[in-house]
Amino acid sequence: MSAYAGKYAEELVATAKYISTPGKGILAADESTGTIGKRLASIKVENVESNRQALRELLFTAPNVSQYLSGVILFEETLYQKTLEGKPFVEVLKEGGVVPGIKVDKGTVDLAGTNGETTTQGHDGLAQRCQQFYQAGARFAKWRAVLKIGVIEPSELAIQQNAQGLARYAIICQENGLVPIVEPEILVDGSHSIEKCADVTERVLAACYKALNDQKVLLEGTLLKPNMVTPGSDAPKVSAEEIAKFTVRALQRTVPPAVPGIVFLSGGQSEEEATQNLNAMNALNTVKPWTLSFSFGRALQATVLKTWAGKKENVEAAQKALYVRAKANSEATLGKYGGSAGASGVGTESLHVKDYKY
Amino acid sequence: MSAYNGKYAEELMATAKYLATPGKGILAADESTGTIGKRLASINVENLENNRQALRELLFTAPEVAQYLSGVILFEETLYQKTQDGKPFVEVLKEKGVLPGIKVDKGTVEIYGTNGETTTQGHDNLGQRCQKYYDAGARFAKWRAVLKIGITEPSELATQLNAQGLARYAIVCQENGLVPIVEPEVLTDGDHSIEQCAAVTERVLAACYKALNDQHVLLEGSLLKPNMVTPGSEASCKASPEEIAKYTVRTLQRTVPPAVPGIVFLSGGQSEEEATQNLNAINALDTVKPWTLSFSFGRALQATVLKTWSGKKENVDAAQKALHVRAKSNSEATLGKYGTGNQEATATGKESLHVKDYNY
Repeated sequence: MSAYAGKYAEELVATAKYISTPGKGILAADESTGTIGKRLASIKVENVESNRQALRELLFTAPNVSQYLSGVILFEETLYQKTLEGKPFVEVLKEGGVVPGIKVDKGTVDLAGTNGETTTQGHDGLAQRCQQFYQAGARFAKWRAVLKIGVIEPSELAIQQNAQGLARYAIICQENGLVPIVEPEILVDGSHSIEKCADVTERVLAACYKALNDQKVLLEGTLLKPNMVTPGSDAPKVSAEEIAKFTVRALQRTVPPAVPGIVFLSGGQSEEEATQNLNAMNALNTVKPWTLSFSFGRALQATVLKTWAGKKENVEAAQKALYVRAKANSEATLGKYGGSAGASGVGTESLHVKDYKY
Repeated sequence: MSAYNGKYAEELMATAKYLATPGKGILAADESTGTIGKRLASINVENLENNRQALRELLFTAPEVAQYLSGVILFEETLYQKTQDGKPFVEVLKEKGVLPGIKVDKGTVEIYGTNGETTTQGHDNLGQRCQKYYDAGARFAKWRAVLKIGITEPSELATQLNAQGLARYAIVCQENGLVPIVEPEVLTDGDHSIEQCAAVTERVLAACYKALNDQHVLLEGSLLKPNMVTPGSEASCKASPEEIAKYTVRTLQRTVPPAVPGIVFLSGGQSEEEATQNLNAINALDTVKPWTLSFSFGRALQATVLKTWSGKKENVDAAQKALHVRAKSNSEATLGKYGTGNQEATATGKESLHVKDYNY
């Protein structure tokens, strides 16, 4: 048997291709209730459902933003929420040409015998959950695996567990009509060099694509959400061009051309850094058979959150802030960003949180 | 550690890139003494060193051919042979911009517990052998792994042994300055469908690239020599070049990272004309192809040449002209520009060159 060729095959391929449209990217708004609580706390907003709803309505109805987005990743609660006027978020997004996606993993658990390495859970009943999410309007999913760099990390055990876990999640998604975004995040925590990050990223991605092949995942109906290749958070910084060079080289060495699009996570990068790095990658003159875009959470929302601060009267300004970042990142996917987004105070602030959990 | 980054890294990448030049391909002239004996026998020529030398001189000095070749794969004996005038073959080739390559494997051996599956040997002292070959002028190497399709084949064991064997060979080559051509041939023997061939080829190539990554091979300094994806030799339905192109390129898109600069197909048992038509269809396909797609043909470049030569001096000119015809056709095919049916497709040109369970 070759790769998945069941009833959803054509739709998966079309959806993945659409999400990879040059000039567009993904807004990661799938923070779990716990995680969004931390964000709201940072702007002194209570973590109640109405506030979570208000924030997401702000994001999804921001004028002139949807042209820059091919998809939004949602948390389960949000998939079923509506605007204040009673319109399901899913409809709002679809009308704007933005495909709704859904986070389907259930967080990480420690791997015994390792030095704090983890694997990701969420496989139980995954098929039925995917079916429900499909019926509710979702057309892609996301699952975050986490690896870290240390003296002996990531271990072969952690790599294999996470790679196989991603592949298992991916094929189940496809069997149930959802395009799986494969996210093997290598944390930026540490003082390692960019070369070390490149080595590890290549090793991890190679393991992922072997596992995806083993489990017959249809690559044409998937996306990859990797970390950019950078020095560790405690190591000296490098230029956007160097990040671009190492990142694209790592991808050239491991990601088959059948994958239509690669959408980077922003990790702990500031809004401006993330955009500059994405731009440098797209400006690089080298072989890139997949599109290179964004799937940003913090790097799209940091200024938005601070501007909103939970107040109705700030909604317009906050939506404008989202527009600024979305447009900047859209230009970056075309290698055309001129730095005009104006690196504001928040825009240049590092968003790194050690050992980050969503 | 990331991929190989030692003293030969830059040279390996430059060599691999040159071998992958659009419009050029590789002449596989590395038949072992035993195998070339069978070829010579088929044209009633005795398997003596001077005859082997004469054949290769014919090939390497053929006028107007070198422009279509980026490399020639040689057998060890040939690497040290000269023209009748005393010029080393290696020099003849280099002067014409054709890189000499060398077959370094030592044939296949059976894997215990399988149904006739094999792995390839040749790792012993490979490092030293590569150094010698580099000193003799070789700049790339080739190693042929063989897999077959059956009800339970290829087994995971055979796939893993061959993939790891290829990766081990590859890194040793790079450490000693030779660009490794990675050849995991899935035989056409059998009555399987083109879909089955695709599924197996994907599985095999995925295993190969995982092994290459495991063993730190510098992909930018390597080439791939795969089979095209076709129905089995005994399948009831033949496939058109367009179908072969579609399945072949899709298989490669799903498994071969863009860091690999070039893919050079083996011809297997295809006739000269078939091989060219398929290669042309592959290049004419409008789809994502980040590597060049060219040829590394043995039989599909030499069949008519051999028959025309028949071991006779007076036939050398005509035989060299036959080589020119095939080399030019295949060059055009790498650009997707091969005309509809070469007017000079001889009877031999269309003859299937399939031999069951082929051993070089």
